[in-house]
Amino acid sequence: MSRADWEVVIGLEVHAQLNTEAKIFSGASTAFGASPNVQASAVDVALPGVLPVLNRGAVERAIRLGLALDAHIAPKSVFARKNYFYPDLPKGYQISQFELPVVQGGTINIQVGEGAAAYEKTIHLTRAHLEEDAGKSLHEDFHGMSGIDLNRAGTPLLEIVSEPDMSSSAEAVAYARALHALVRWIDICDGNMQEGSFRCDANVSVRKKGATVLGTRREIKNLNSFRFLQQAIDFEIGWQIETIEDGGAIVQATVLFDPDTGETRMMRSKEDAHDYRYFPDPDLLPLEIDPAWIARVATELPELPAAMKTRFIGDFGLSAYDASTLTASREVADYFQGTVAAAGKAQAKLCANWVMGELAARLNKAELDITNTPVSPAQLGGLVARIADNTLSNAIARKVFDALWNHEGVDADDIIGKQNLKQLTDSGAIEALVDEVLAANPKSVEEFRSGKEKAFNALVGQVMKASRGKASPAQVNDILRRKLADDR
Amino acid sequence: MPLTNEQVRRLARLSRLAMTDAAIDTTRTRLDGILALIARMQAVDTSGIAPMSHPQELATRLRTDEVTESDQRTAFQAIAPQAEAGLYLVPKVIE
Repeated sequence: MSRADWEVVIGLEVHAQLNTEAKIFSGASTAFGASPNVQASAVDVALPGVLPVLNRGAVERAIRLGLALDAHIAPKSVFARKNYFYPDLPKGYQISQFELPVVQGGTINIQVGEGAAAYEKTIHLTRAHLEEDAGKSLHEDFHGMSGIDLNRAGTPLLEIVSEPDMSSSAEAVAYARALHALVRWIDICDGNMQEGSFRCDANVSVRKKGATVLGTRREIKNLNSFRFLQQAIDFEIGWQIETIEDGGAIVQATVLFDPDTGETRMMRSKEDAHDYRYFPDPDLLPLEIDPAWIARVATELPELPAAMKTRFIGDFGLSAYDASTLTASREVADYFQGTVAAAGKAQAKLCANWVMGELAARLNKAELDITNTPVSPAQLGGLVARIADNTLSNAIARKVFDALWNHEGVDADDIIGKQNLKQLTDSGAIEALVDEVLAANPKSVEEFRSGKEKAFNALVGQVMKASRGKASPAQVNDILRRKLADDR
Repeated sequence: MPLTNEQVRRLARLSRLAMTDAAIDTTRTRLDGILALIARMQAVDTSGIAPMSHPQELATRLRTDEVTESDQRTAFQAIAPQAEAGLYLVPKVIE
């Protein structure tokens, strides 16, 4: 059997760290990188007699996500204790939500692949619930002991759980990227994957094509980059198919991905590890969210990517693919809108081409993020406007772009003036150049007349060269054709 | 349904409680008593009544999102069995 005979089923659980000032149940700071345990209050270290008090900011961020996913925001939700023993969990339980999560259902649209092969898919969400993070265990040797840092303990998280709607690693990555962009777009999470602000667990199973029952799944824990997510899922799919084809069976398990070997391996499976004995936390009353609160948060949300995409298609005449690409992150969307504002709405398509083409390629080559671009949206918009009004040919426009990139002028007009790059559109001047070129290249003229179209292109090239690239190629074409016909 | 000693042992293990066989017996008897009480309550017809997660019909209070706690590491670590370099030290844990 080949891989094509198998169907892959993937669901993702994402832990998004909420960007609140204080922790979810205490007034300690959530800032990253402090000395160990200086941001661990009595509640976070679980001293006896302390009580948790819920942070309004964390709830508000959950509401924002619920609205952005078009999900049901529960008017009443409940916090539960998830019981397990681990030294970085000083209470012996994690406060989470179990039966009644704050966000229920919801959808997100993803775009998978690029160019002509790209397709869209809607991924359904199961739920998103509020919970606290645990501390960190450091296993460097402290006289044979482990060190515990509780600064992270009590940091607010939203665990966002998808339905098993994805059928390839590419779809899983597209979903994770879309969610990553969304939580940053609505400003509830900084999305910093190196610092662990956005971590993915992937549930992966395979089944024969056409089977109606799901295969047994294995859960890959703690993937902290999109590349690892893709590699881990691909390895896991291959391993599961091979195991079954070799006559083995998949046993439900939690596995870890080793980036060094590119393989997944089973975590030492602990007996009873998943018997969490959830029950409602008696220290916390139910969380109530009234419609007025939801309505207020809704008015404060920025335009969401899906709505912006529709607007780009409707108002700017962009293709669905372009509109998706330009709304893939808020930074790119802001940049594009800034460019259109400077160039004029009529030039939106040209702006899109420059942002996704030349700019993206240059940023990529320089390993720069769009937030660190040397060319501002206003500068690029100004450049696009000069292409649109025929001041610049595309070739010269790229030169001007280079100059803007290297800070050789304040804007496109400044560079055009300084470097004398204005496109030559005076037909008299172009005709003079054409005459010179025709006189100097009798051989090419002869070849053209004997039917060699290539010779014509060579002549166009000569005229462009004579104009030092400043003539409008379209105009050169016209004049050259006319002259060659006249002289016949 | 009465508990078995095996179920009580499992609960004790999950709760990290070391219990002698005699203690397992007494605990089982006590837990059976509690479960019998719960069984009596569950016999009451509650159809149509939304379950409560808390005995009081109140909603949780919310705190403003602001940092109100200062560093008390020195005080907290003074009562810790072992601490070094700002970390609490515990018997080695390896996943």
